[in-house]
Amino acid sequence: MRYPFPVGKSDFIQGDEAVARAAILAGCRFYAGYPITPASEIFEAMALYMPLVDGVSIQMEDEIASIAAIIGASWAGAKAMTATSGPGFSLMQENLGYAIMTETPIVVVNMMRGGPSTGQPTFPAQGDIMQAIWGTHGDHMLIVLSPSTVQEAFDFTIRAFNLAEKYRTPVVLLGDAELAHMRERVYIPNPDEIEITYRKLPRNEEEAKLPFGDPHGDGVPPMPIFGKGYRTYVTGLTHDEHGRPRTVEPEVHQRLISRIFRKILDHRDEIISYETFELDDAEIAIISTGIVSRSAIRAVKILRERGVKAGLLKLHTIWPFDFEVIEELAERVRKIYVPEMNMGQLYHLVREGANGKADVELIAKIGGEVHTPMEIAERVVG
Amino acid sequence: MMYLKSAYEIRDKYMRKDMLPTIFCPGCGIGSALQFTLRAIDDLGLNQDEIVWVSGIGCSSRVPGFVNFDGLHTTHGRALAFATGIKLTNPDLRIIAFMGDGDAAAIGGNHLIHAIRRNLDVTVILINNFTYGMTGGQVAPTTLKGLRGTTAPYGQFENPFDIAQLAVSAGANYVARWSVFNYLQGMNSIKKALQKEGFTLVEFLSPCPVSFGRRNRMKTSPELLRWYQKITVPLAKAKKMKPEELEGKIVIGEFVDRDRPGLVREYEAYKKRAKKMMGWEE
Repeated sequence: MRYPFPVGKSDFIQGDEAVARAAILAGCRFYAGYPITPASEIFEAMALYMPLVDGVSIQMEDEIASIAAIIGASWAGAKAMTATSGPGFSLMQENLGYAIMTETPIVVVNMMRGGPSTGQPTFPAQGDIMQAIWGTHGDHMLIVLSPSTVQEAFDFTIRAFNLAEKYRTPVVLLGDAELAHMRERVYIPNPDEIEITYRKLPRNEEEAKLPFGDPHGDGVPPMPIFGKGYRTYVTGLTHDEHGRPRTVEPEVHQRLISRIFRKILDHRDEIISYETFELDDAEIAIISTGIVSRSAIRAVKILRERGVKAGLLKLHTIWPFDFEVIEELAERVRKIYVPEMNMGQLYHLVREGANGKADVELIAKIGGEVHTPMEIAERVVG
Repeated sequence: MMYLKSAYEIRDKYMRKDMLPTIFCPGCGIGSALQFTLRAIDDLGLNQDEIVWVSGIGCSSRVPGFVNFDGLHTTHGRALAFATGIKLTNPDLRIIAFMGDGDAAAIGGNHLIHAIRRNLDVTVILINNFTYGMTGGQVAPTTLKGLRGTTAPYGQFENPFDIAQLAVSAGANYVARWSVFNYLQGMNSIKKALQKEGFTLVEFLSPCPVSFGRRNRMKTSPELLRWYQKITVPLAKAKKMKPEELEGKIVIGEFVDRDRPGLVREYEAYKKRAKKMMGWEE
């Protein structure tokens, strides 16, 4: 297979470009999008690459149509992605819920910018953390990943596709305007160096009849994609194991939604990932995600130089959330600081995890500039 | 003879037994349009496993759940956007979109005109009952002036959309409109539409006695069908009529039948061009 960019070597590229290349290497062959700052470069890269790898890249009339098209593509058998920023992400929420309800593997990238509304189109923010988790209506479960470097943008995009396919779920990749437009050295691996997952397909007629059942006991049903003669019916209405609408039976709804929660929560150990820096003997913990983690790492170094035993927990998966690891940490540190580029979102999750066992303090910053390491360090020193 | 098969035979071949009975009210016209579509598929001998039915939300959007095909019952108004993804991913699949007038022309209006502009290869069966049936009879973008709905209880004060004309202007390859009373013409139009590349649309005026007729002094389906006979004018006759004579009338017939390249063919050519421009192919 020929790729439209160099593989097996490093390159100096933007976060957006890294997401696009990773998607192609992960097997994504359908992209639908709508122009928006700061995610347009993902679309532009996909537009350049997709026709060359026999994939599809299409500009839709809006973001609602973009996510709709990728869900359709996924049911036709393609790995599919769309990318946007806050305003477009808001428009996608209804169909994001549809993808959750119909257990459709898709990847949705949100390169966050300052909001609400049109806000600060070219400036980074982390104001969509809660929206990524809770934006669509009703009880739902999905996976949210959050990269902090261009290399992570690449790696997490591949991971996003693998998790989406493995658990038949939408995965949100939550970046920001800084990461989207920043250029860094990235290693683009050879395809044979990458582990790639494709969704479970039905092995026989029996399994194909249970597109929303649990024939393997892991909560993840095989996906009878269209055109294979399975005659699958897919609906956003509450449905039984066969896909038949059953909207007035409480137990059917309970069974379906519980399984959608279970298929992800039962595999939390595999889905959740984080990194720690100097955390083993830390008395002060900083917990961060995304772009702010870069400053937080430096802040830990500054604090250590000044004799403060600080450490960092850098979250890669922000949903499902690892409340346990926060509680364990809260038991052994004096205080937890949460620097984030919003008025306090991750902070609330951390506080719930800390469960009163340590003080949790928010270091909020909005306006479009990432915290400087000194800003974080000075708050810790007081 | 063409239409020898009984309705039972068509039902047993194409409907999901475990999903019956349908949710449709007595006198509803959706069943008729569905039967025309299934008979058209049967007459053409199309492969059941190469057709995907898509829909949005509303009474007519429940149709894909009753037929034994692959089906995607999506969100309100968005069926054609989902269809775009299916068709471009697997061009061998033929797509039938069952849509209501509110679904297609109000919340999904933008998707409709853009799907037509792209000439997406899809056949739309559009059920126009002038109302939101499922939610209980609110006015729709098709409701004729003066007709009543629960959200314009004193009579609609807005102008209606002519969906078929909209489709013609936006560039569809085939557009026809009939009432479900026009059994043969309707079925033949669907057959034509299903054989064509690009965007094809067959609109049906379809009775909704329960949510619409009841509020407009037409409590039964026959009354609504008689009303259709009164307000519809065949295209050939309409061409000879003055605009003022056509006031309040709905023209029926075949509005366009042309062969512009569909989206799939255009994208295939685009891929070739891309590879050529990048020197990947001669």
